Amino acid sequence: MTTVSLTINGDRRQVDVEDRTLLVDLLRETLGMTGTHVGCDTTQCGACTVILDGKAVKSCTILAVMAEGAELRTIEGLADGDTLHPMQQAFCDNHALQCGFCTPGMIMAAVNIIERHGTDIDESLVRRELEGNLCRCTGYHNIVKAVLDVAGKLPRASE
Amino acid sequence: MHDDGKLNEDLVARENAFGDLDENPGSDRDRKRIRGGVHTDRQHDSAIKHVTGRADYTDDIAEPAGTVHAYLGLSTRAHARITSLELEAVRAAPGVLDVLTADDIPGVNDVSPTSRNDEPVLVTDKVEFWGQPIFAVIAETRDAARRAAQLAEIAYEDLPFVLEPDEARDQDMPYVTPPLTLKRGDARDAMETAPHRIKGQMRVGGQDHMYLEGHIAFAIPGEDEDVIVHCSTQHPTEAQHMVAHVLGVASNAVTVNVRRMGGGFGGKETQMNLFCAVAAVAAKKWDRPVKIRPDRDDDMSATGKRHDFVIDYEVGFDDEGRIEAVTGEFAARCGFSSDLSGPVTDRALFHADNAYFYPHVLLNSHPMKTNTVSNTAFRGFGGPQGVIIAERIMEEIAYHRGRDALEIRKLNFYGPDGRDVTPYHQTVEDNIAPQIVAELEAQADYQARREAVLDWNERGGVIRKGIALTPVKFGISFTATWYNQAGALVHVYSDGSIHLNHGGTEMGQGLNTKVAQVVADAFQADFETIKITKTTTEKVPNTSATAASSGTDLNGMAALDACEQIKARLVAFAAEKWGVAPEAVRFLPGRVQIGDETHSFAEFIKLAYMARIHLSAAGFYKTPKIHWNRETGQGRPFYYYAYGAAVSEVSIDTLTGEYIVDRTDILHDVGKSLNPVIDRGQVEGAFIQGMGWLTTEELWWDEAGQLRTHAPSTYKIPLASDRPRIFNVDLADWSENRENTIKRSKAVGEPPFMLGISVLEALSMAVASVDDYRTCPRLDTPATPERILLAVERLQGGS
Repeated sequence: MTTVSLTINGDRRQVDVEDRTLLVDLLRETLGMTGTHVGCDTTQCGACTVILDGKAVKSCTILAVMAEGAELRTIEGLADGDTLHPMQQAFCDNHALQCGFCTPGMIMAAVNIIERHGTDIDESLVRRELEGNLCRCTGYHNIVKAVLDVAGKLPRASE
Repeated sequence: MHDDGKLNEDLVARENAFGDLDENPGSDRDRKRIRGGVHTDRQHDSAIKHVTGRADYTDDIAEPAGTVHAYLGLSTRAHARITSLELEAVRAAPGVLDVLTADDIPGVNDVSPTSRNDEPVLVTDKVEFWGQPIFAVIAETRDAARRAAQLAEIAYEDLPFVLEPDEARDQDMPYVTPPLTLKRGDARDAMETAPHRIKGQMRVGGQDHMYLEGHIAFAIPGEDEDVIVHCSTQHPTEAQHMVAHVLGVASNAVTVNVRRMGGGFGGKETQMNLFCAVAAVAAKKWDRPVKIRPDRDDDMSATGKRHDFVIDYEVGFDDEGRIEAVTGEFAARCGFSSDLSGPVTDRALFHADNAYFYPHVLLNSHPMKTNTVSNTAFRGFGGPQGVIIAERIMEEIAYHRGRDALEIRKLNFYGPDGRDVTPYHQTVEDNIAPQIVAELEAQADYQARREAVLDWNERGGVIRKGIALTPVKFGISFTATWYNQAGALVHVYSDGSIHLNHGGTEMGQGLNTKVAQVVADAFQADFETIKITKTTTEKVPNTSATAASSGTDLNGMAALDACEQIKARLVAFAAEKWGVAPEAVRFLPGRVQIGDETHSFAEFIKLAYMARIHLSAAGFYKTPKIHWNRETGQGRPFYYYAYGAAVSEVSIDTLTGEYIVDRTDILHDVGKSLNPVIDRGQVEGAFIQGMGWLTTEELWWDEAGQLRTHAPSTYKIPLASDRPRIFNVDLADWSENRENTIKRSKAVGEPPFMLGISVLEALSMAVASVDDYRTCPRLDTPATPERILLAVERLQGGS
């Protein structure tokens, strides 16, 4: 067992894990933070996306010990009490979800797009950047719309 | 113009959805409308839970102390006798409690949903596909169980195997279920006398559901023979019956609960039964809670998919392109067992006409046994494989006659004057395909864009374009007539809050939201006063699968029936207490008016409770008018039809076969929509899923019979970047269901899936351009870039 110290959603945590424990299992199993989902176990689907030191990563293929000293943000840390993060609000407003299973990972990836690129983004960038996050329900139409909404750029179909 | 209009419409829709939240709930006395009533945009009831990560899926349920985990050991042969099964190393592995085999099953080792007794939970002596479950390890952790499952030593004696449906037919493999024939007129004679005849074959690929949440079941043992199973199934009642069957107990000992699924698409209609059975048997045997969740590779290897078909068709037609006769032989890859292959292959025949009248027709299904995973339900349920042949026939005639396929379609639409009877002898009474197509043709500027595409291709460059407009007509009802029933349970508590339960399951489609809107409308109570509760066999028994697009039609009506029963008691109570006529009791937004007096809904309910009025009701619904005789192939299996159409425009690279979808316009019929924004979401998602089926989603078996596309790394569903560059989706807002469905709406889950066919046909046109549209390219599906490239080369070689 190894002790990992990291900051999760602003709280400093020390957790004992096996060396082979995956970051997503640290969240879901050890800490009971089940908002981060496991879809494919192999870095393809993006349901487990979290933000590690400012970068969207897939927590199913990162060892928990690799997060030593890191600042980790998960879906549980986005809202401020009852006030949703603008991206969460935009996903609700634009009906950018159906079954909801991809939603936490999708939102974390989307939040990170805005953090990395600012609001100077267009539809083709959003479509490209979201390639690592699968959604089987929505056809992505409203997801892309939600991200552009947060950037103040609702898509025009005739782009 | 269109695009701006669309944007405005979206903004107005958002106003409607959220604007009235500002209304002061205190001003109840003169409110004009409730929040979240019918025919309004309303966000998914779990939206806030979804975006905050607080929505619980089965894997998120807190595990009781003592929970252990199961993991399946799968076969590594397509067809073989097991000569020895050595599990000692598995049992000895760290953290392992024991191993479950077929010998541990106390009841019947079978989860066949149609009682054909052909689908063992765990194999005994013979494996029939690569990935078939043989045993289950039970261990303290999922990781320990998963590692131990790899340690089994299994010796096999290989047997010959068959993977492809046509190969199965050639080798006289058996049918897994009785075939169906649909027949009207004399197709063989009419074919002989037709001025033109075309014969062809089309191979239509299968499809993995790729629900983002995989299979999962979590069984908690109780006293006596009881067991509670939390799982992610579309069919809780069947899972209950299957668990009881496998445990050898009565159904009343088994409770199945489903709060929500992370996607289903038909993949969780029957396929969860096996996981529920394994978890329940282990839970009872070791008296511990048992959870089972396969990883994605095992999920894709061990559970069924959309049926692949090989279809031989022939069409006879006149000079204009009007059809005189059609024949079709539909061979399906059913896999090793029947599962739902009977009704799936039936539905392929039911939809082989799509929107077109065949004066003489003969269609046969061939549900072939193959040594592959047993194929199952998937959005459309065989319908898409029927529709695609109707559209292929239109395309064939168009290339033969040198005309636009849209003209051929219009010529062959169902119409009056005796041209309104289907191959199963149901009269099409609600045909709006011509209107939908005409409206879309104008709205999407089809003719001018087709001219532009032809001009572009005329220049002869490397990039070629194609455009196609295809319609869909889809029959709504389970073809198993008895499934067309539903139940609901509604309680009104004495504080005026409402508890809603029904037999349908929520997999993201917004069923719970829509049914709650119906209840809100019935009581004229705000949406937020209604608590939507998990689907459970304890509250509503003997339910049907949430499938066949029927969820809202059936459960909405059942919930309405429950509300009407309670309302009738409330009206009788008020009429008596206040001495007014029943008609003077009116449910208004947030209040009840009794003569001149008005009470808030909550006050009124409190008074009713004090007067000992029964405030709970079980509602029930069965679809009227439908009947079906499978022996004669005649009846009215469908209550009504849903319609839609799509235009897609694509560009292909003739040097690589790569392509993009430039634009798609859709006009779809959902009757009078209960919730337009949710319905539009269904249309968008279904189209993209249908497009994926026909373009990038390829199932590929190797020569040993192993499915090698068993994870999203190799099995490619559409990405955000694959969406059409321009994507306009509209609902036919003038449509109302002519049948008395819930608020005159229509089912929406499956029909728009088939709009993806427009992409396939547009790709086909782009390919055809390389030999000046002389040859129908006859693309098999999925039309991967490789297939496009091969087709281009084939046509270039022939020119």
